[in-house]
Amino acid sequence: MTALSTNAHHVDARHDVRMRVAQILLMAALVLTVGKGVLPEGLVRPPAWMVWPFADWINAFFDFLRDDLGLIHVTRAFADGVEWLLDITANLLYGKNRWPRLGPIPWSVIAITAAMIGYYLSGWRLAMFAGLTFVWVAVMGQWEWTMETLSVIIVAAPLSILLGLVFGTMAWRSAGFRMVLNPLLNVAQSLPHFAYMIPVVVFIGVGPKAGAIVTIIFSVPPMIRMTLLGLQKVPPEVVEAGHMAGATRWQLLRHVRLPTARTEILVGVNQVIMQCLAMVVLASFIGMPGLGQKLLQLLQALKIGRSIEIGITIVLLAVMLDRCSKAWATRQPEHIEKGTSWLIRHRLLLVWAVLVGVFWGLSLMFPVLHEIGRRDAFSLADPLDAMMDWVIMVLDPVTQWLRWFLIVWVLIPLRDAMLWLPFSAVLVFLMAVGWAVGGRRSALICLAYFGLIAMTGWWDRAMITVYTVTFAVFLATLIGFPLGIWGSRSESRARAVLLICDTLQTFPSFIYLIPVIMLFGVNDVAVVGAVVLFAAVPLIRYTIEGLRNVPVAQIEAANMSGASRRQTLWSVRLPLALPTIMVGVNQSVMFSLFMVIIAAFIGTQDLGQEMQRALSSSDVGKGLVLGLAVAFMGLMVDHLITVWANRRRKALGLET
Amino acid sequence: MTDTDMVMSCRKVWKLFGPRPGAYLAGLDPAASFDQIRADGYVPAVRDVSLDISKGEMLVIMGLSGSGKSTLVRCLSRLIEITGGEVRVEGQVIGDLSEKELIDLRRNKMGMVFQSFGLLPHRTVLENVAFPLEMRGQDIHTRRARALEVIELVGLGGREDYFPRELSGGQQQRVGIARSLAIEPDIWFLDEPFSALDPLIRREMQDEFLRLQGLLGKTIVFITHDFDEALRLADRIAIMKDGAVEQCDRPDRIVMEPATEYVAKFIEDIEKARVVHASAMMQPVNGHDLTGAAVDGGKTISQLARLLVNDDRLILPVAGPDGAIIGGLDRQKALDVLLGAKE
Repeated sequence: MTALSTNAHHVDARHDVRMRVAQILLMAALVLTVGKGVLPEGLVRPPAWMVWPFADWINAFFDFLRDDLGLIHVTRAFADGVEWLLDITANLLYGKNRWPRLGPIPWSVIAITAAMIGYYLSGWRLAMFAGLTFVWVAVMGQWEWTMETLSVIIVAAPLSILLGLVFGTMAWRSAGFRMVLNPLLNVAQSLPHFAYMIPVVVFIGVGPKAGAIVTIIFSVPPMIRMTLLGLQKVPPEVVEAGHMAGATRWQLLRHVRLPTARTEILVGVNQVIMQCLAMVVLASFIGMPGLGQKLLQLLQALKIGRSIEIGITIVLLAVMLDRCSKAWATRQPEHIEKGTSWLIRHRLLLVWAVLVGVFWGLSLMFPVLHEIGRRDAFSLADPLDAMMDWVIMVLDPVTQWLRWFLIVWVLIPLRDAMLWLPFSAVLVFLMAVGWAVGGRRSALICLAYFGLIAMTGWWDRAMITVYTVTFAVFLATLIGFPLGIWGSRSESRARAVLLICDTLQTFPSFIYLIPVIMLFGVNDVAVVGAVVLFAAVPLIRYTIEGLRNVPVAQIEAANMSGASRRQTLWSVRLPLALPTIMVGVNQSVMFSLFMVIIAAFIGTQDLGQEMQRALSSSDVGKGLVLGLAVAFMGLMVDHLITVWANRRRKALGLET
Repeated sequence: MTDTDMVMSCRKVWKLFGPRPGAYLAGLDPAASFDQIRADGYVPAVRDVSLDISKGEMLVIMGLSGSGKSTLVRCLSRLIEITGGEVRVEGQVIGDLSEKELIDLRRNKMGMVFQSFGLLPHRTVLENVAFPLEMRGQDIHTRRARALEVIELVGLGGREDYFPRELSGGQQQRVGIARSLAIEPDIWFLDEPFSALDPLIRREMQDEFLRLQGLLGKTIVFITHDFDEALRLADRIAIMKDGAVEQCDRPDRIVMEPATEYVAKFIEDIEKARVVHASAMMQPVNGHDLTGAAVDGGKTISQLARLLVNDDRLILPVAGPDGAIIGGLDRQKALDVLLGAKE
């Protein structure tokens, strides 16, 4: 008992010291802010000596890699290999005039194949969904663009799965490699999409080839993570059984470890496919043809009806790919009764072969089953446009007012305030937050991340990004939090809302721009709107999960103490759910950062805009520095929230 | 017992977990206690264990969780490297084997059954059982034939195309047993094979296991934390505590003459009459006047209960397996055991 109380005493004392230091730092930040007028210039803006030419160094390094080390020959050779594969899929899917010159495969055959895969993996519903997705694509006259997009995914996803498996296995084998790889993966997963594109443009150029390669690079990290996790989770007894069976190391990996890690690896495959789709759509910025490029053009031309059509296609593809790969991951092997004939064992394959034959034959007789030309295609664009015009007309007073209010009274003052703040005050403030959360170590980490941002020379741009993200996450919390509480009220409602959130999360980020541009036009409000939509989803999700996973015993105890529903929520459920909810906030910040950068093309003045410029001038150094600045913001928030949530969980006695 | 009978032996085996176990063990006082070693920051999972296992014998290693029994069996099969001492299999020091030699040894001589089965989830029963044969590089027809044979032996005939998750726990362990028998091992390790099963199934599996052992006559190292199970199965029991073997002897001798206090506490609640055989309690014949019908030395005291109560001789003659008189049983002492009298 005494040991326990001294221990608690200890923790309290540490907590007090931490808070005291944080308060002092906070005061210092306030003093710096109030006394801005008398501060030396070097404390207001990062002085010239502080700004280091990172971009030039990176450029020099890349030049060295490319020219002196001849890395460009390696990358070009790899790119040529990828291009060869791309030509094959391009020929088969949309008849590009390359070897093997068999294509294009009739759309009806592809649709029926997708349906059969859906049936095999999950059943009738997925079969209908997969089949009808392709029917929609064909009927709406988007076949060629969709196939351009898919032809890249079909090449990129397997390659990145393979790379992920190899690197994941290497990381599992060697602790040293894991130590190097882990921080790299952390940074890689918080780098915005554009930061990946610039080096690829330098080394490979633009076009489908570059699009495929940037997609591969972008989607490898989650596969590495899941492979590593899966291999680490193989039960020791299974491995020992392998040893006792006299398996060599290779046999053990090939026959025991990797197959037993199947579920995690397939979850990785699912993530790879979804990342591929998200990136392939965005790769339109580096000349990747397909749905992304069409959507970009249509959005820039403000053709809302047509962009909604493309948006629907992308969403359908995303949901279909997600459901199929998830079904594959959760599919468990089932035995076939003995004595089942060959025909029945392979009936799905046979049915598929027959259907392919039938539809191919039919498509020769009826060209409309082979290809639906632009002129025969349906389009919902006109009615959609009319409907949208009407909606916009009705909503216009509201959106106009909202736009005016937000821009004049919120966004501009906030931005000006952020830009007005002396950078030293911001740094000291962040240190105060860091100290309050995790003591000196966290304070130094915060200082290091934002200090580095100051040293890049992009302080003002970074502050604009910070203000957009902060404001957007704040709005997202205002929306997501109550929605999450509402959604957690009953089991069935929670399940429904979670399903919607899951589905929304599979959409490539680009899609979120369509509705906001439609409503607000091209301006800052649209950017904030897109970020809010995108960032609210994880918040809702984790709020529900946090609230639903509060141990039943605690809720029952609260009920038996005579707590009302409201009291239970505020005194029991929310405090216990808070660590989980904060994980949602963390994701929400990450998503916001990505989205802000993507939204740059509709006109912002933050890091994203500069990144677009770096992209168009293929300035690797600048692009990477900007990307890292964004990554550092994300990593800082991630550090603070993780440290806080872990401590909180431990204090609450929840599992860590 | 000659050396040729000895299938497996270990001498002064140590397994320490900690920062630098090898160096620490070299400088360690052999009499150091468990707590001293723990205080130095090391975990002595196996402490100075010496055991011999002869051909066809079933040695049961018994201990509570954390007593080091699972670590010991992994030392014997070299699933983990030992810190000190040596383990010999048929005279060969297995710590000196190269990776290839060790793999060969496991492919031909050893089989092991695990507590949570250790089955490969993506393979059917047949493929799981054939796995060690596949590792050995046997062709598909031979291994299929052999696997079907063992599957039949463990009573899973007809289920060979099922996947592990489609089977009950008891059936899954039968697959584990079949897999470990597929290569016809000389030494059979069983690491708490029935602990994950519920009591009724456990009993059934023990019977099944005794039946198999009756057919095959393997050399067995069997791990359990269940004393009743140990008594039921063992030729000899080694009782472990804190990594060291407290006593290693025949079940009835452990019950009659516990070597340490720890063992004595263990057997306190055991119904001795069900464990002790007449032959274990008998005295030499010399001088006694043995008359009348002899009792079978292989029977337990509780099996002889009726006879012990009804007979009026002071000393009963005990007959060996071949019918010859090998000793005399003091009826009074036997009755004490039967009635659970404390000395």
